[in-house]
Amino acid sequence: MAAAEEMMTGAEMVLRALADQGVKHVFGYPGGAVLPIYDEFFQQDKVKHILVRHEQGATHMAEGYARSTGKCGVALATSGPGATNCVTGLVDALMDSIPMVCITGQVPTHLIGSDAFQECDTVGITLPCTKQNWLVKDVNDLARILHEAFYVATTGRPGPVLVDIPKDVQFATGKYVGPEGIIVKSYQPRTAPDEKAIAAAVALIATTKKPLFYTGGGVINSGDKASKLLREFVALTGIPITSTLMGLGAYPASGSEWLGMLGMHGTYEANMAMHDCDVMINVGARFDDRITGRLDAFAPNSKKIHIDIDPSSINKVVRVDVPVVADVAKALEAMIAVWKQAKHQLDPTALNTWKKQIAQWKSIDCLKYRSNKDVIMPQYAIQRLYELTKDMDTYITTEVGQHQMWAAQFYRFEKPNRWMTSGGLGTMGYGLPAAVGEQAAHPKSLVIDIAGDASVQMTIQEFSTAIQYKLPIKIFILNNQYMGMVRQWQQLLHGNRMSESYSEALPDFVKLAEAYGGVGFRCDKPEDLDGMIKQMIASPHPVLFDCRVANLANCFPMIPSGKAHNEMLLGENVTDEQVGTAIDAKGKLLV
Amino acid sequence: MNTTAPQSAYFIDTKKQEINIHTLAVVAENQPGVLARIIGLFAGRGYNIDSLTVSETEHEKHVSRFTIVTSGTEKVVAQIKAQLERMVLVHSVADLTVQGNFLARELAMVKVCGQGDKRVEALRLADAFRARVVDASTDSFVFELTGKPDKIDQFISLMVPLGLVEVARTGVAAISRGPEGMKG
Repeated sequence: MAAAEEMMTGAEMVLRALADQGVKHVFGYPGGAVLPIYDEFFQQDKVKHILVRHEQGATHMAEGYARSTGKCGVALATSGPGATNCVTGLVDALMDSIPMVCITGQVPTHLIGSDAFQECDTVGITLPCTKQNWLVKDVNDLARILHEAFYVATTGRPGPVLVDIPKDVQFATGKYVGPEGIIVKSYQPRTAPDEKAIAAAVALIATTKKPLFYTGGGVINSGDKASKLLREFVALTGIPITSTLMGLGAYPASGSEWLGMLGMHGTYEANMAMHDCDVMINVGARFDDRITGRLDAFAPNSKKIHIDIDPSSINKVVRVDVPVVADVAKALEAMIAVWKQAKHQLDPTALNTWKKQIAQWKSIDCLKYRSNKDVIMPQYAIQRLYELTKDMDTYITTEVGQHQMWAAQFYRFEKPNRWMTSGGLGTMGYGLPAAVGEQAAHPKSLVIDIAGDASVQMTIQEFSTAIQYKLPIKIFILNNQYMGMVRQWQQLLHGNRMSESYSEALPDFVKLAEAYGGVGFRCDKPEDLDGMIKQMIASPHPVLFDCRVANLANCFPMIPSGKAHNEMLLGENVTDEQVGTAIDAKGKLLV
Repeated sequence: MNTTAPQSAYFIDTKKQEINIHTLAVVAENQPGVLARIIGLFAGRGYNIDSLTVSETEHEKHVSRFTIVTSGTEKVVAQIKAQLERMVLVHSVADLTVQGNFLARELAMVKVCGQGDKRVEALRLADAFRARVVDASTDSFVFELTGKPDKIDQFISLMVPLGLVEVARTGVAAISRGPEGMKG
């Protein structure tokens, strides 16, 4: 095609490259150093621009968009403060392996290094925040770099990339190249598994008596096929399965082998099974410290198989016996094929004994909480929200804290890409903008941000973005007037001295919603909850739902700092005394 | 102090593990920022750099070669290698220490100032170490010397009593022995 020879300005190239990459939405904020690009936005209608209220919001919207569609999210910001405001979202995406292309403007090349107005070393600042980043000094490199950026962001272990474009490069005219045939010679991520590793993994599984799947965000990132294959493999083997926070939905919560989430606030049965298993099959998870607890007591008698696309994840934290470096879908496909071909079957007696043991752990009903007639318990609120929305086309995001853990425990996910949360970085303020990004991608779906009263205020201004674009997100705030998780840790670690964790001077969320032009609800009685949730769902507008919940509820079960999986605190019978002494002096030094 | 191991949800490794020195060869695209990215990896993840040299080795292909001398436990060094390998601009990484049988050389320039016997002794030692005189004045020499890092260490320590003024060292460049080249 003659397209390879087309001449255009740098700014035109940006829009053309976005269109050629199939980008439908860009989340951004204009400024001096990106004005030429904004001028091009004005003159086209292929790519829709969504104007945010703060650049951090743009990055989280891009993340929510990416996570809910499986495509690459795109954020756009100006130089200097625009770029530095993107840092949180970039690191968030790096930690959770979310594909994102962030485009920033830069001062003209001849001013770089002169401390010009709104200049900062964007590439330097974002170096450890990105999978790769580029400063484009020649317009003839721009199109190629933009396509490389998409390629790098979306392949291998996905992640954020940044392209910094000086203003003079945006004005300059150069040759445009299309996305075809873009390769980065030094970057060839491996996706196909080693046959020997697959054979070793399958042979190990075939001999096991107490096996367990431990799955993570890598299954979601690998795509729908990976979730399907995972379900198939679980059904084929009958092996119980637990998942990290990031992996919820890959296996359905209604599935017969499901144990619930594991880790610090995971279920008793999942953590006990992790502790006692003899073969652990880690599929796309990374042995995060919130999962492993005390490392020297982590699954002490297990052999471990680890499927991960990133070789640096192997043996980083936990030494594994069979590493499989591959894309999750490809690895599972190969394992299923070998399993079927060899006509393997697990020892039914042993598996039965293992499942009886698990059923016994399950019977403790670790998510039990004291219900209350007068006050809405936060767990109850999530349960009701789940019951009233489960048959709808629903996407859930969260902020970070107690509400996030309760959402993970009590909202049951049946499909992948329906659950968006900041797992690795733990970014308060993620959920509201992420919901905006998802609603942009799925305008007809029900998008709910389960929030806390403190977290939601970190990026509350993006409610205005939702209003502007008529994106009817529902912000369901579990309002306990505390930074609940901080308060819980202060109770656990610091003699219940609630230093600065009380949400003083909270806004009237109903009035706030109305001030923005949205709809507000307040509910403080359990008997009113169902009716008001239904009203919220029925509303065609963005909603702030102020759900007043029990102020001092704690999130259980919990593995306290410095303890192993089989030393969990369970909610129902924990006394305040036990909570206060759960962590010894040494554990208090650590998070 | 309590001697029991601290227990944590975070990993605290209390076992003393053997720390070894490893020499890594890294072939990477010669693009702006690649050096910063590699150094940033070491700084950000708390790895050691004992020595680092870098230069473009293949001009047409825009390829640079880094020789990095680092120290750490086996697990840490394996992690360093994996982290380097996954960088977008890195072509390949070789742990020469693990592969065994490699050459490591360094160049140093050593300025020595002195007169009389000390000056004569410095010259004699320089000859024994096959150091070349690259600059001389009536009361000073600059010696140029290449060799293994410990040979250079030894030469420098011998020059101390003879009027050592200043040392410039390049850091280590390393390559494997035998006919095979590095991949990438």
